[in-house]
Amino acid sequence: MRRSVAASVDKVAGPPAAFPKPPDRYRTFTALVSWAAPASLILIVAVLILQARPAITRFGLNFLIGTEWNPVTLNFGALPAIFGTVVTSAIAIAIALPVGIAVAVVLAEPGARGIRAAMGIGIELLAAIPSVVYGIWALYVLAPWALLHLEIPITEHLGFIGFLSGPPGQSSLFTASLVLAIMILPTLTAVSRDVIRAVPRGLRESTVALGATWWETVWHVILPAARAGIFGATILAVGRALAETIAVTMVIGNRFEIPHSIFSPAYTLASVIANEFNEATGDIYPAALVELGLVLILVTLTVNVVALLLVRSAQARVTI
Amino acid sequence: MIQPMAHIGRPELRTMPGAAPAKFQVDSLSFFYGKTQALKDITFQIPEKRITAIIGPSGCGKTTLLRVFNRMYDLVPDARAKGSVVLDGEDILTTTKLLLLRQKVGMVFQRPSPFPMSIRDNVAFAPRLLGWKSTKISEIVQQSLERAALWDEVSDRLDAPATSLSGGQQQRLVIARCLAVSPDVILMDEPCSALDPVATLKIEDLMVQLAHDYTIVIVTHNMQQAARVSDFTAFMLMNTDHRYGELIEFAPTADLFNQPQDSRTEAYITGRFG
Ligand SMILES: Nc1ncnc2c1ncn2[C@@H]1O[C@H](COP(=O)(O)OP(=O)(O)OP(=O)(O)O)[C@@H](O)[C@H]1O
Ligand SMILES: [Mg+2]
Repeated sequence: MRRSVAASVDKVAGPPAAFPKPPDRYRTFTALVSWAAPASLILIVAVLILQARPAITRFGLNFLIGTEWNPVTLNFGALPAIFGTVVTSAIAIAIALPVGIAVAVVLAEPGARGIRAAMGIGIELLAAIPSVVYGIWALYVLAPWALLHLEIPITEHLGFIGFLSGPPGQSSLFTASLVLAIMILPTLTAVSRDVIRAVPRGLRESTVALGATWWETVWHVILPAARAGIFGATILAVGRALAETIAVTMVIGNRFEIPHSIFSPAYTLASVIANEFNEATGDIYPAALVELGLVLILVTLTVNVVALLLVRSAQARVTI
Repeated sequence: MIQPMAHIGRPELRTMPGAAPAKFQVDSLSFFYGKTQALKDITFQIPEKRITAIIGPSGCGKTTLLRVFNRMYDLVPDARAKGSVVLDGEDILTTTKLLLLRQKVGMVFQRPSPFPMSIRDNVAFAPRLLGWKSTKISEIVQQSLERAALWDEVSDRLDAPATSLSGGQQQRLVIARCLAVSPDVILMDEPCSALDPVATLKIEDLMVQLAHDYTIVIVTHNMQQAARVSDFTAFMLMNTDHRYGELIEFAPTADLFNQPQDSRTEAYITGRFG
């Protein structure tokens, strides 16, 4: 029976009916590998929960909304760190996305291949710089520069807006966001460039043939067509920003509070863990730090899920 | 001896070939991609409100020639054209009013490229860029879809994504999209090569309809198609010594197919018709 179906398909479609199945051993192997990823995630979370148990039972949900972090009285709450993590990443994306897309659009243009290829490679190399090096550079170069040319002017002119008020400082939420923005820019740009380049040429040509300017073509057709891919690139970048530890720790000021202004020092989940794990003793303190790790995973997952839902709902339609 | 063909050219025009004024006056047009020459010394006139077919073997420069008429070659780095192509008294090779030119000279590509938006927004795209009023635009959307013989099929789902249409419908949508800014000329580059025979016939009917109001230039590989729909035919061939495309013969379609003046034209059309 199967044979006859295959034969009749053969007559219609030609050779592909004889496409060989992969060998069993290969399939078992790939199945194992593909299950390893979700399994290890579950395993990691399970171990973290086990380690964080004393803190989880003691603080319950209050851990998420508590604002105090006191190793002396053993009172721990994660909210300021959650705030720092989410806000630095959000500001970083807000800065990096427009810049990254603009550069990607230019790099994806046909013509002047040599220059563009060189620029492209340069940008990809930026992604290879270790984050601790970014941190050092940020500490010595970026932070002083940003203080002088961004923070001071902004607080002077726009200081009446609460979260932009002074006093400005070298170590701040804003400086950390700036470093993050620079760190995620290369990946964001490189992936967006490839996605934009993959937009069918016919789409671009049809738009131009309708009398659209270059700008209109990019804005109304190319970017919407590349939207899904750019969104994917953004998600990658957000993931990196949320989890970035060293570079942020070096410039954020490490103060455990929800700052009133983005120019004040703050803290992130990853930075707290990195800074305090070595000296955490006793039962509750290390458990609270491990729970911060759990919260970080939770934040990352939430951001990803929300992003996915956003994509789904936005996929339905675009208009000009 | 060539078999006379039963139905060549549009019936109503067979009696009055060549009676139309010229829309494009192409004069010693040469074209270069960087250092390679793709077209050499092309001279002919494309008549107004007629269908002109461009035929010839692959690589002879048909697409290149077509893309001169709306300056699409500007998108290709290092491409340049010499000579002159006059449209309504203005040389389009030197014009700076590119957007106006492309509004006047629409183009339909081999593969339909509906924009990633609704059917309505696809047709309204160019009018919106021009900043026309929205009441006027919805009128235009309906008119254009009607002219493209698509209205009846999509009137109840204008807000559906354009990509949900079939290939033939997409091609008519793209035609509607280009009609929306009221062009004078429609350039078509193998518009039916990705379509099945039924969809192809629909597009051909549509072209004949549109030729009452528009000048149509169509590149086609299908000689029967050229014979069926066009009023004039240009036959191009690649010069084997220099590898650039040349215009071998341009004539009313019936003449070109029945009494080709050039032996190469005869060889080409008989070779294909067997
Ligand atoms: N963008 C380009 N850059 C360089 N050379 C090109 C480019 N486009 C076309 N050519 C060359 O110009 C010549 C004519 O190409 P063209 O596409 O006009 O042929 P065509 O007659 O349309 O062929 P087909 O029937 O296969 O579509 C070919 O030799 C081709 O290699
Ligand atoms: Mg072609």
